[in-house]
Amino acid sequence: MGFLSLFSKSPPALLALPSGSFTVDCEGVVLVGTVPSSFPADLVNSIARQVLAVFKDGKENAHLPLSEIIISYPSLKITARELRGGAIIFLSPQARYSPANQI
Amino acid sequence: METRHRVLLVDDEPGLLETYQQILRQLPSRPEIQTAASGARALAMLEAQPFRLLICDLKMPKMDGLQVLSIVRRKHPSLRTVVLTGVEDEQFRSRAYALGVDLYWNKPTSEQEITMFLECLESLLGRDAEEGFRGVQSKSLMDIIQLECISQSSSVLRITNGPLTGKVWIQDGELIDAEAGEQRGEAAFQKILSWKAGNFENLPAEPNRPRAIFKSYNAVLLESAQALDELQGGVSAEGTPVPTKSPLAELSQVEGVEFVLAMLPGESRYQVARGLENPERMAKWARESIDRFRELGHRLNAGPLESIQAQGPQRHATLACQGKAEFCVGWKHSMTPDRIREMMKKVLSLWVS
Repeated sequence: MGFLSLFSKSPPALLALPSGSFTVDCEGVVLVGTVPSSFPADLVNSIARQVLAVFKDGKENAHLPLSEIIISYPSLKITARELRGGAIIFLSPQARYSPANQI
Repeated sequence: METRHRVLLVDDEPGLLETYQQILRQLPSRPEIQTAASGARALAMLEAQPFRLLICDLKMPKMDGLQVLSIVRRKHPSLRTVVLTGVEDEQFRSRAYALGVDLYWNKPTSEQEITMFLECLESLLGRDAEEGFRGVQSKSLMDIIQLECISQSSSVLRITNGPLTGKVWIQDGELIDAEAGEQRGEAAFQKILSWKAGNFENLPAEPNRPRAIFKSYNAVLLESAQALDELQGGVSAEGTPVPTKSPLAELSQVEGVEFVLAMLPGESRYQVARGLENPERMAKWARESIDRFRELGHRLNAGPLESIQAQGPQRHATLACQGKAEFCVGWKHSMTPDRIREMMKKVLSLWVS
């Protein structure tokens, strides 16, 4: 069974979807957060940018002021609450997928 | 002439690639095994020639397995994909399945596990070639039922289409019953056949199921197809014209709905709205929001965007995709988030049906 020891190897680490929250100001600057530091900052900033844009465009362009948005993916839920032009954003990984036959 | 399937193995460790190659040579169908030491190389090879199966590691430098699978799912939707990894985290298993992989397998650590892994691979490779569901992904539900009946099968087909679920009972090659919501028998069967896409699974036969459909399966399929054609052509089964109705009229009657905006595929992403005086602004916001978070989902490898639920002091809105259509549904402020979720399922199921 010697060759079977080959079936294990150390990193490169795989990027896990984080569980945690962070607060951003109206410019998208992260003020405080509990998202693990291993999660890339550019992805955190990207989430913040998209969330702020949806709040801003909803209010200014669609006349739809919003206080909260919940974005659902099969493996992640993002909940964002508006905070005076900024936002507090919660990230919750989900686990509810299994394979299926498709017609 | 017998064709050999091509299998592409992707792992960043050359030693492991060699070992896997040797293991995969034991597959009874003797596929042609090719290897790639990086995600980028694998994508280039997939562009260059057709493969039947991709076996991909998750932990790889530069482009990890989830990124590879995300691209593969979009560019090569018919390619069967297997994750072979040492990662035992449930989150990654879930994310891989969300990206549409056929099989997620932890790297085998015993000969017994290797044997089981090979059996699963052989099944994946041979499913189209040997079983009764050749090309099943491109077939309609009518084709699948015909195949079941022609092969004199006894089974129960459970069909789901978004929030809708139906069952079709087949006994010794005869269609004996169907169920969709409150409906049973032929009416339920016609309802199920009107669904354009979805998932199905074969459940064990139920020989004691009372028969509710007494015509032959051919007659039922023919009549159902005719009824669907007539409905689509604007003529009822009795030959009288069916009054044309806005496709959104019924949706806007759902409890709590203030407006419905459907954005349909096409060059200008054609839209129809009900309950909105000036839908252009709302449509622009909805499309941009969906595009933003769809793209973010790809970057995060979190799977396809399911919905965006937005709540405001005046009204709430839900953005969602159903098939190729995108929706923005406005809700009364009095609706609770749970109620909105429930009613949104109803809106989407009405659209589908």
